[in-house]
Amino acid sequence: MTALQTKLIRDLAYLRTQAVAIALVIGCGVATFVMSVSVLRSLERTRDRYYDDFRFAQLFVQVKRAPRGLAERLAEIPGVAAVQTRVVAELSLDLDDMAEAAVGRMVSIPDFGEPALNRLHLRRGRMPDPERRGEVLVNEAFALAHRLEPGDRLRALLNGRREELTVVGVALSPEYIYQIRAGDLFPDDRRFGVFWMRERPLAAAFDLTEAFNDASFALMHGAVEPEVIRRIDDLLAPYGGLGAVGRADQVSHRYVSDELAQLRAMASVPPAIFLLVAAFVLNVVLNRVIATQREQIAALKAFGYTPAELGWHFGQLALLIVLAGVAIGAAVGGWLGGGLAEMYGRFFRFARMDYRLDPAVVLLAGGFSVLAGAFGVTAALWRVMRLPAAEAMRPEAPARYRVTWLERTGLLRRLSQVMRMAVRQIERHPLRAALSTLGVALGVAVMILGSFTRDVVNYIIDFQFGAVQHYDYTITLYEPAAPDALPALARLPGVLRAEPYRAVPVRLAHGRRTHRAGLLGLAEDRELLQLRDTAERVVAVPADGLLLSEALARLLDVRRGDVLQVQVLEGSRPVRSLAVTDTLRDFSGLSAYMDLAALNRFMREGRLLSGAFLRIDPAAEARLHARLKATPRVAGASSQHAALRGFQDTLSENLLRMRLFNVAFAGIIAFGVVYNAARITLSERARELATLRVIGLTRAEVSGTLLGEVALLTLAALPLGLGLGRLLAGLAVKALETETQRFPLVVASSTYAAAAVTVLAAALVSGLVVRRRIDGLDLVAVLKSRD
Amino acid sequence: MTVIRPPPAAPPSAAVFVVRGVTKVYRTGEVEVRALRGIDLDLHAGEFVVLLGPSGSGKSTLLNILGGLDVPTSGTVRFRDHDLTREDEAALTRYRREHVGFVFQFYNLMPSLTARENVAVVTDIAAAPLAPEEALRLVGLGDRMDNFPAQLSGGEQQRVAIARSIAKRPDVLLCDEPTGALDVKTGITVLEVIERINRELGTTTVIITHNAVIAGMADRVITLSDGRIASSYRNAARIAAQSLVW
Ligand SMILES: Nc1ncnc2c1ncn2[C@@H]1O[C@H](COP(=O)(O)OP(=O)(O)OP(=O)(O)O)[C@@H](O)[C@H]1O
Ligand SMILES: [Mg+2]
Repeated sequence: MTALQTKLIRDLAYLRTQAVAIALVIGCGVATFVMSVSVLRSLERTRDRYYDDFRFAQLFVQVKRAPRGLAERLAEIPGVAAVQTRVVAELSLDLDDMAEAAVGRMVSIPDFGEPALNRLHLRRGRMPDPERRGEVLVNEAFALAHRLEPGDRLRALLNGRREELTVVGVALSPEYIYQIRAGDLFPDDRRFGVFWMRERPLAAAFDLTEAFNDASFALMHGAVEPEVIRRIDDLLAPYGGLGAVGRADQVSHRYVSDELAQLRAMASVPPAIFLLVAAFVLNVVLNRVIATQREQIAALKAFGYTPAELGWHFGQLALLIVLAGVAIGAAVGGWLGGGLAEMYGRFFRFARMDYRLDPAVVLLAGGFSVLAGAFGVTAALWRVMRLPAAEAMRPEAPARYRVTWLERTGLLRRLSQVMRMAVRQIERHPLRAALSTLGVALGVAVMILGSFTRDVVNYIIDFQFGAVQHYDYTITLYEPAAPDALPALARLPGVLRAEPYRAVPVRLAHGRRTHRAGLLGLAEDRELLQLRDTAERVVAVPADGLLLSEALARLLDVRRGDVLQVQVLEGSRPVRSLAVTDTLRDFSGLSAYMDLAALNRFMREGRLLSGAFLRIDPAAEARLHARLKATPRVAGASSQHAALRGFQDTLSENLLRMRLFNVAFAGIIAFGVVYNAARITLSERARELATLRVIGLTRAEVSGTLLGEVALLTLAALPLGLGLGRLLAGLAVKALETETQRFPLVVASSTYAAAAVTVLAAALVSGLVVRRRIDGLDLVAVLKSRD
Repeated sequence: MTVIRPPPAAPPSAAVFVVRGVTKVYRTGEVEVRALRGIDLDLHAGEFVVLLGPSGSGKSTLLNILGGLDVPTSGTVRFRDHDLTREDEAALTRYRREHVGFVFQFYNLMPSLTARENVAVVTDIAAAPLAPEEALRLVGLGDRMDNFPAQLSGGEQQRVAIARSIAKRPDVLLCDEPTGALDVKTGITVLEVIERINRELGTTTVIITHNAVIAGMADRVITLSDGRIASSYRNAARIAAQSLVW
């Protein structure tokens, strides 16, 4: 080992705590990057392989009833590679472990063999026998929620008829990676499940023999999706086609894609922040090292070491710190990634979750970290290389202090001597002080960025269940019913209030933009569903006109007052123009609303209703469920409150874990910045502080002059950090925005407070650590050294 | 780029350094300091020169220029067949690496390295160096090799600095007040080492000192004053370092 290498190692050992603090900040950046990118890649790879292997369709369409022969004409559409027609129907289930009925979606599979598209992955058991009645496969998520095993029997209502079903297998489908009903805010694996049954018995149960009501399509390479959709819709319109949609509008696919977008956002902003902060701290530390070693550098130059050799010498110091950070980050990130992948595995059901810590991702993270480090230290290294060798002959000139402008204002006259020294120190290095403040502020901001999503979710829940939705249950009837169905529902046990609604599928068109949506007709005299505009004020449903959810208005590029073409996709498929009277704040999807009576008139039907909203007396809930199960006309009764509880249970565990990491991340940044700022000041002022001690100041007084500076920086950083946090949260909300989902920017004051407290605590800890060094200052050694 | 090669066997008393009309002006803001105001000087191979002069007279400045640490504002400095005033930074670095040994006024040891390692800093990059241990033994520090500078007295540090400068067996040895911090006895030990290197290796040696007694060791004594050579004389005979008294 050369003497210079020995020096490098000793320098590093001397700087160890500072080096570790920086390496940890880099580690945080690398860990978030490695975690999110490797999970992102794993999910993408897993999903794409799953889609390929199990032939996930590209277009989906529902139709009222089309003759089976139409399948061939659909297959002939240019661009269509494969068609799979199916029977898909809703059923209600009476399960032993649940008071209320669960809702099932029954999907047909061909009588023999495998479906051409959306193939099933059989986890356990066997395929149903077409000759035996009532044999079904159950989706794994639902099976797990109810501990269903092959051989279990279920009581079901199919098309209003009681039927006993036998579970013969547990399966997965690329169509239901995420099992959630369209329009629901939360998944509810206990109350909603997907089943598969052979086509013949299912079609018979729903009077669809020799017919289908659902079709999926695979497209050829280069097929023009909108063109194919147009032709499919033309063919199916006479049979009650609801309009084909692509994967982008397929519920499961959309949720998975949104999640990937979130991971992508997580992979960019937070790692960049960590690396920037690390670059800054590295810059400060290396500059200080170089300042203290100025004469050593000059001597080495005088001996004939080249600028490149010396640049590399100090470059290695930074590089070793960075690489240590990368190693820590890669290990932690890989481990966290495994945990995150496992968590996704609970929400998303893949045939096989293929999580791998990709070495390329670690290399990439390493590359970014080295770049950030280089960004931080290039200027310092340049100074090393440019330092004139003749300096070795002269000692460094004493630092120049001035009476600062703050003091000239007279403001400081009242400050203690201790604070005055702190202020002078800050004013002497204004840029460094500003950047330190920014670094600590970024710690605060990172914490806010990491935890504000909880506030957003809470806000949405509060809004939905506090301001909009005042009902406990949504009742869906099999067929639209006459008005007398309502008093019948209202008379059910425990029902306090029942309000009717009419739901029809529509296609909305504005200029060249069209989109499918659910159109909900609401009664005039309404308590259980309050629609709110974008300012969250209650809006009345117009006598003749439409209300649109914000997302839908955006998709269609509609503003208040614009006129839309509305085509109903069922019954006589009437068409008319309607004006949009307002847009609504609505987080649950793409809905349009109009007056119930106006909708009935538009449909040219009597006063029909599709179902009702119920408010119930919780004490009578069990009796109500029993009655509902026994009511054949009721296709389903769903409660989002129950779903919410289940969702929050799963989520809170993950959120707690995430919060711990956020606290750690923010703490590490704050510690890294504050500790290094304090250590550097200590190094610059060791003589001064030792002199003060010799003159007779107490330890507390002496550390006060140094910690005063740290305290000032930290306090200045807090408001800045809170503001930055809000800014970053705003950017994150923008990054997570999709065509159909836009999140409100909400940061709770408790989130601000937690961030501030965490960073203050980290600053305090670093202050105390440095204080121990000041207390242990070796007065003789400091005063003797020429530095 | 010019490359400094070993001299093509220069005649014994040929001038190693030829300094002509060298001036050095430092500009700091408005103030101009004329550190050297026209120096003409020839130094011969193996010559032992003592540089005297009051504080601020330009001694260190001249030494820096001879050592390739600094370049003059005007004038020329030739080392053997190379014009140091025309060399670029890389060539000057190589010149220092291959030919020059320095002893600085303020030792400039690496505090993180032991005495032995401090010497190794130089021997690591020298072509045919002494072993660091040998160099340290020469200055009487054979038993302190594994001490860090903080564990050495000022004089001991100075001796490490000397060991470091001679360990590469330089062609030119430039010492800025090598005995400034030393007591008589140690000072003489150090001067003995320098004298021996000068004699045995034929190293051209320049020593700056405020101690006029040391002038007795020299072949030639040059006195600077206010950036000019005020006087220059040859000693008829060199006094051995051992017999110096002050
Ligand atoms: N880098 C510099 N910038 C400005 N002035 C300088 C610089 N280096 C030297 N000087 C000035 O040049 C003059 C000569 O300096 P030099 O260091 O050569 O003196 P010296 O003879 O070695 O003095 P001493 O015996 O005190 O070491 C002095 O006035 C000094 O202040
Ligand atoms: Mg000097």
